Amino acid sequence: MTTPGDSGARETWPLWEVFIRSSRGLSHVHAGSLHAPDETMAVRNARDLYTRRAEGVSIWVVRASDITTSDPDAKGEFFESPQGKEFRHASYYSESESVPHL
Amino acid sequence: MTTAKTTTAETAVEQAEFDRLIESDSRVEPRDWMPEAYRKTLIRQISQHAHSEIIGMQPEGNWITRAPSLKRKAILMAKVQDEAGHGLYLYSAAQTLGIDRETMFEQLITGAAKYSSIFNYTTPTWADMGSIGWLVDGAAICNQVPLCRASYGPYGRAMTRICKEESFHQRQGFEILLELMRGTPAQRAMAQESVNRWYAPALMMFGPPDDDSPNSKQSMAWNIKRFSNDDLRQRFIDMLVPQAEVLGVTLPDPELKWNEARGHYDFGPLNWDEFYEVLAGRGQANAQRVAKRKKAHDDGAWVREAARAYADARMEERLAS
Amino acid sequence: MNHSNHVKSTAITAESIADSSVVASDAVARYALGLGDDALVLAHRLGEWITNAPELEEDVALGNIGLDLLGHARSLLTYAGTAWDRSEDDLAYFRDESEFRSRQLFELPNGDFAQTIARQLVSSTYFVELYRALSLSRDATLAAIAAKAFKEVSYHLDHSTQWLQRLGLGTEYSRERMQSGLTVVWPFVAELFSADPAADALDAVGFDGIAVGVESLRPAFDALVPRLIVAAGLTVPELPAARGGGRVGIHSEALGPMLAEMQVLARAHPGATW
Repeated sequence: MTTPGDSGARETWPLWEVFIRSSRGLSHVHAGSLHAPDETMAVRNARDLYTRRAEGVSIWVVRASDITTSDPDAKGEFFESPQGKEFRHASYYSESESVPHL
Repeated sequence: MTTAKTTTAETAVEQAEFDRLIESDSRVEPRDWMPEAYRKTLIRQISQHAHSEIIGMQPEGNWITRAPSLKRKAILMAKVQDEAGHGLYLYSAAQTLGIDRETMFEQLITGAAKYSSIFNYTTPTWADMGSIGWLVDGAAICNQVPLCRASYGPYGRAMTRICKEESFHQRQGFEILLELMRGTPAQRAMAQESVNRWYAPALMMFGPPDDDSPNSKQSMAWNIKRFSNDDLRQRFIDMLVPQAEVLGVTLPDPELKWNEARGHYDFGPLNWDEFYEVLAGRGQANAQRVAKRKKAHDDGAWVREAARAYADARMEERLAS
Repeated sequence: MNHSNHVKSTAITAESIADSSVVASDAVARYALGLGDDALVLAHRLGEWITNAPELEEDVALGNIGLDLLGHARSLLTYAGTAWDRSEDDLAYFRDESEFRSRQLFELPNGDFAQTIARQLVSSTYFVELYRALSLSRDATLAAIAAKAFKEVSYHLDHSTQWLQRLGLGTEYSRERMQSGLTVVWPFVAELFSADPAADALDAVGFDGIAVGVESLRPAFDALVPRLIVAAGLTVPELPAARGGGRVGIHSEALGPMLAEMQVLARAHPGATW
């Protein structure tokens, strides 16, 4: 299953997804996509396109067609298991709510 | 999406899930099932929006080489460059709906896809850089801010990024006009003359009156569009009047008057015949705009092909080693 | 949260120079003027690419490079103007062709994308060496402008190097275009490294001075550019050098029309502010 937006064969340059770390201590976050002939130019185009206002300190690019996604048609089954397991969350434990430092 | 699966019963389930997302004001994401009409509407709207950014570079790009100060030259370069960036963000968003940029480009060149008619007007004076920023970008922002909450996730995210960057565009335009209005009589006349030309076309950017806007209702039902054309136009006019007072320019509408009862400004009729004429290709620069875009794309073909050939050769080398 | 979108930065700008009380001497101003003109003329040329680039991503890339150079020009011209009580705009818009001190390479028409890349390759290499040396200038303002510019032009060199490779090793057609782009710009290389009277009037950086003797930068250029050209499958042109003379106001036929366009509006409204 490829990523949405995979440009297929019609375009001269393939599509790349861009991830930006906005400052130290934060994760890279998806910023958008762009076209570039190869990974070297993709990271440069990403610098020009997505960090013109100092939005980033680090950039990842990945070819859109290289991304594997979970199957959207099976999202019901795929993400059902955590439903009903509220005991995984602290908010489930109401008896201890008023106890300090818990 | 596997076509074999889309039996009527399953479509009904998918449709119900889609309806639930829209009703709860949640977001639709690229791989979700969506009605074909929703997908088509989005492709039409997002690509039209992207084309507007790209074609919109031209009337301003026209002044980069003649900007009257180095500061203005830098600002204008940054602004026109931003528009290329905004076009790219939007092409990316449209691409998640299963259309590639090359196809969208072809639709622009053949006229199958539209772009905002406003960019078919020409920019004979420097003051037009001010009017475009203040009036055209101002109207665009009014239109765009609600789109940050559009139901289609990638569109909303692109718009959020664009709106953040766009606020400088309107301010720089306003300041161009402000500087002109504080200047010599010739500069003041240049500013007023330009505002006279851009005012009505900017108001028409919100689209025809609600009664004549067939697509609006469905777009609002799908949470793509949040406010009607007329509501947005009124909101824009209400904002413009006090700004025009700060500038000291006259808005060219003798019927423009505060209506206490409505709590809004009343305004005179707009020339929708002109709007439809420009839309139909009889604007000042329709043919030139598209021809210039096509030329840049055609002239660049050998560069894009060279870079592709280089990348392919490197890939083969890597696989061979 | 520490937000990364700085509006105010500490980078030196034309505004920060104009707002400071720093005043250049006449000799330093004459030197800064030549450097400022180089950057201005090339920035203007790159501005001509916007809306015409081979791909939208490249419109943005060339725009960024042009904006960097325009920033250098504004700082240098503002600083030069402090000596004569003239603004960056007085200098940019109200001098005639013969008063411009830019080297001729920068005013060359853009040509096609390959020719622009050839001009960028040569320009960026020159700027990298120039600003690296100038960042050690005893003149604090020149040193600060150069330190910022050095980082930016290093990226410009990377950009042109990447494209040199892709065009040189891409298709047969792109190789031809790249080779012919190099042929157009090559005669103007020598002038970049020829004497600058304004620099010669100042002590050289290497001797705790102010200006960079560009003759000393040629070996670094020769060590890098021919190697890059050959690595891209191309030939280093062997052509006689153009006569040059930009630093004393002698220009090719390309500068006059460029300035006529650039200055037309400002000159129609003398004394106006924008």
